[in-house]
Amino acid sequence: MIDALIQGTLLGGYYAVLAAGLSLMFGVLRIINLAHGDLAMVGAFAVLWLVGLGWSTWLAVLVTLPAMGVVGMGLQQWVLARTLRAGVLLPLLVTMGLGALIQNGLYGVFGSEARSLANALGELSWASWVLPGDIVVGQLPVLTLVLGVAVLAGLQLVLRHTRLGRSIRAASADSEAAALCGIDAAQVHRAAAAISVGLAALAGAMLATRATIEPYGGPLLLIMAFEAVVIGGIGSIWGTLLGGILLGLAQSLGALVSPHGFYLGGHLLFLAVLGGRLWSQYRHGLGLTIWPVRQRSRVVEVQP
Amino acid sequence: MKHPITWLMVMAVLLAALPWMLGANAVDKLTSLFILMLLASTWGLLAGQAGLVSVGQQAFFGLGAYFALRLVDGGWSAYPSLLAGAIGAAFVAWVLSFFVLRLKDGEFAIATWVVAEVIRILVMLDPLVQGETGTSLLALNQVDPDLRRNIGFWMSLGSLVFMVGLTVWLLRSAVGTATRAMGEDDEAAASLGVQVMPTRRRVYVLASLGAALAGVAWLASAITFLPRTNFGVQWSVLMLFMALVGGLRSQWGPLLGALLLFALQESLGHLGAWYLAGLGAVAMVFALWLPRGLAGLWDDWRARRTAPSLTTTTPSITQLSRSTTP
Repeated sequence: MIDALIQGTLLGGYYAVLAAGLSLMFGVLRIINLAHGDLAMVGAFAVLWLVGLGWSTWLAVLVTLPAMGVVGMGLQQWVLARTLRAGVLLPLLVTMGLGALIQNGLYGVFGSEARSLANALGELSWASWVLPGDIVVGQLPVLTLVLGVAVLAGLQLVLRHTRLGRSIRAASADSEAAALCGIDAAQVHRAAAAISVGLAALAGAMLATRATIEPYGGPLLLIMAFEAVVIGGIGSIWGTLLGGILLGLAQSLGALVSPHGFYLGGHLLFLAVLGGRLWSQYRHGLGLTIWPVRQRSRVVEVQP
Repeated sequence: MKHPITWLMVMAVLLAALPWMLGANAVDKLTSLFILMLLASTWGLLAGQAGLVSVGQQAFFGLGAYFALRLVDGGWSAYPSLLAGAIGAAFVAWVLSFFVLRLKDGEFAIATWVVAEVIRILVMLDPLVQGETGTSLLALNQVDPDLRRNIGFWMSLGSLVFMVGLTVWLLRSAVGTATRAMGEDDEAAASLGVQVMPTRRRVYVLASLGAALAGVAWLASAITFLPRTNFGVQWSVLMLFMALVGGLRSQWGPLLGALLLFALQESLGHLGAWYLAGLGAVAMVFALWLPRGLAGLWDDWRARRTAPSLTTTTPSITQLSRSTTP
């Protein structure tokens, strides 16, 4: 039980990195990128390919991230920008088509074999610390969580304190007002897409270090990312981290119940959060509080 | 002969006689074509007309088949179970609609997908399905193979005609006007007095019934039920391709898209993953440059022919206007 809680929490960093990219893209471009998970897979396969050429894992990640950032820029420049003005339907359709293209392209190039970075990492992939109370914690998951938090903190600093970050925040708050203040919307969009895809690639590499990856794994990653974003609340980086941790916890606890429970737990938490949000909106629409019970007690107060 | 439903009936009667003229292979192929058309037209109704991009219609495709298997296991005979299964799946869609239809755009797309995944996992927990292994509709093995093939053909044809007829009738009624208004801009439609929720619910349940009918017709001809295949998200990708390439905003476009997909499958399907990657690429190209699909091209060509003096400008992506073919 405690073991499951720790594993779940450690998963949170990876989910948060995956989700932060999706959230940023949605915040700035108002696009839910249905190919986000597939882009993460592209990043993971790129790292694997470079490692296969004999590169060290760290160097491969360091090279892949900026390269995927450039891919993101190109994607925004030549594909997504065209769909932005055409309503909500087209971006969904285009990114869904892109997802199918990427999955099958990866399958065509790399085949169906499940791969992992575990071999390349050597000792790190199974090394662990033993905490008091005989709790074993893998070094790699801890490292992943620390790296995830560090990356999110870095992103937060960039968004808070740099010129680019201010432009991104302005554009996501109100793109027209931002444009009136002289912010180059196209540039901001490209930057946001680059960061988003870069984060996706990092998350893909993180996944490859602790599990096997395969070309058709992207859609599941997209679902996980979206669930973390919704659970944590859209628009806040630390909310995304919280969402990632809660998602990881729900999955680990679900896995305790049944072998199918890992994903089911996450899905059910997501649907519950979404349902709760709709319910509170509905109650607010009626001018009531969220819980019917509290309402009754208020009536009692009024009577005397 | 002017009314499209009359046309549809005549076509249906002519097509229904085909099993007596064609070989077994051709009948099988046509059955799968009709199933694709059924999926395309209902997804086109959902995404193109009502503006609801769902990535989760495979839930009903699989669920109809699962309910049928359960009923057969409970002692029902095969064909009534298939029909009841589809209706059961549509009922589930009606219940779910109270939740998912309150979500917007991308959230709707992914929430429907998650719901489909949850349904798949729950179905896999049922001992009857045996997890990943799946099961078969063994009751159908007692039926003579030729008769079974023909019944599968008539089932898919009947479902297609029924759904297309219902869609044509619906879109010509006040509901159709409301649906199109809502698809353009739901808030504006609501302010003009369109009952957005009931209209959405009708379209969603109807489209889900279509997906479920396709699912049971698929089960009737394939016999095997594999959770990963029957609930696979690839059905949504295929639906997207057919509806988008054929013409989302047109009623007949998705049928055209299904025909194209069928032809591609027959000619290039052996390329495997690269063929599917190509489908994704073609879908992107259409979404970016020809968002009105083949039906849009046809409209432009007709417009140019009827008014040859006017130089028609190529439609820009911002003018996603509705197809003029009914």
